Amino acid sequence: MAKYKLDKSVKYAKTHEWVRIEDGIAVIGISDYAQDALSDVVYVDLPEVGDVVTAGKQAATVESVKAAEDVNAPVSGEVIEVNTALEDTPEIINERPYDAWFFKVKPTDALEQELAALMEPEAYDKYVEELE
Amino acid sequence: MLQRTPLYEIHVALGGRMVEFAGFELPVQYPTGPIAEHHAVRTAAGLFDIDHMGQFELAGPDVVEFLQQIQVWDVEQMAEGDAHYSLLCYEDGTVVDDIFLYRLSGRWLMVVNAANRAKDWAWIEHHLGRYDVALIERSDDLAMLALQGPKAEQILQKLTDYPLHTVTARTAIETQIGGLHVIAGRTGYTGEDGFELYAPVDHVIDFWNQLLEAGKEEGLLPCGLAARDSLRFEACLPLYGHELSAKINPLEARLGWTISWSKPFIGRNALLKVRLEKPERLLVGLEMIDKAVPREGYPVAVDGKIIGHVTSGMKSPTLGKFLAMAYVPAEHSAIGVKMDVIVRGEPKQAVVVKRPFYKPRYK
Repeated sequence: MAKYKLDKSVKYAKTHEWVRIEDGIAVIGISDYAQDALSDVVYVDLPEVGDVVTAGKQAATVESVKAAEDVNAPVSGEVIEVNTALEDTPEIINERPYDAWFFKVKPTDALEQELAALMEPEAYDKYVEELE
Repeated sequence: MLQRTPLYEIHVALGGRMVEFAGFELPVQYPTGPIAEHHAVRTAAGLFDIDHMGQFELAGPDVVEFLQQIQVWDVEQMAEGDAHYSLLCYEDGTVVDDIFLYRLSGRWLMVVNAANRAKDWAWIEHHLGRYDVALIERSDDLAMLALQGPKAEQILQKLTDYPLHTVTARTAIETQIGGLHVIAGRTGYTGEDGFELYAPVDHVIDFWNQLLEAGKEEGLLPCGLAARDSLRFEACLPLYGHELSAKINPLEARLGWTISWSKPFIGRNALLKVRLEKPERLLVGLEMIDKAVPREGYPVAVDGKIIGHVTSGMKSPTLGKFLAMAYVPAEHSAIGVKMDVIVRGEPKQAVVVKRPFYKPRYK
């Protein structure tokens, strides 16, 4: 681990989203590797509060100077909050990817199972290294 | 096999992210990121390696007559030291390439797009026929850099005794810069003042380093392809393969101003007809009313019917707006006309706005 920042308090999806559980709520964003690969982010298309998202399925879109990429929900549930600050200052995704959360989800009973399918920081670090 | 410019190792050392472009490995950005690079050019200066572009030298007794024939601008109007943007057109009026012409001492320099270099060469050679003209490939011995931005003159002046304030827009000089014999044109493709520099290829690494060093105080940044694209996009400068192609004519592309109708040239008859009958489709500038990033290839629709496609689009770093260029039928091309850009299956409203999005600031 040298090139990319890792947050040890989150779990990672193969598609480079992170999820942090705070008081039973799943907070979701994209990894440092993801923001670096995207280059400068210019826009995010967020889900709406009340939307039901499914683990592994698209929930948002992040657009950089380069391309538009899907942001998948790492866990399933109902969207209870979206980070509207990203709409006006998407650059914080590049600057502080682990603070720049996209949306929060009230998880379902499948949470434990879904979390188990995600990567621990160390495993994700290795995974990213192999992608390089 | 991808080609590399002589500056490849320098780009890698600077942390440049190398990508394939027109058969070359070039930096799309450096670690500062394309938006910071873009702003540097608008407010200070940026340095670009554009050595992938091709340079052909033309000379000989018939060179003026030949150039009149193969490109649309009236070169009789060009004095020594003048530079001008122009087009090579096919007989049917569509575009072979967009070019820059420099009239130098005893010869002409034609700068062509990297992706079209071989095609242009073959096309020009094919038309040489009876003309007494020497066509010389200079792409491999001339390295091409662009120093662009409001502080370009100030930076370049540190490396030369030549009074650069006397060099006006769209003219070129040949002089000593940084101890090298350099052709410096007050030209560029960013919508800013600046210079395009043609230096001997064997010394270009030294030249690049001298320029970067000279511009340190002024905030000069090395810039990649992404910034080059966003800069030319805001100024609505067409990019071949996007706004121009062998399926598009200059009148549709709003490049009628490059055409000197009073002289013969290949494609003139076809273009006269287009001018008389008016183009059926036109290039427009679109501003998104609904927030969304319009990208190349996205359909443009009116009442659910697709009428055209986006040729280039992005969030403009300077203006902060989501903007696009697109070809649409002429009846939908007036400023203020609303239409939809289909973004991942969803119609997002946009409106035709005035071009260019960013008014160029040439000297």
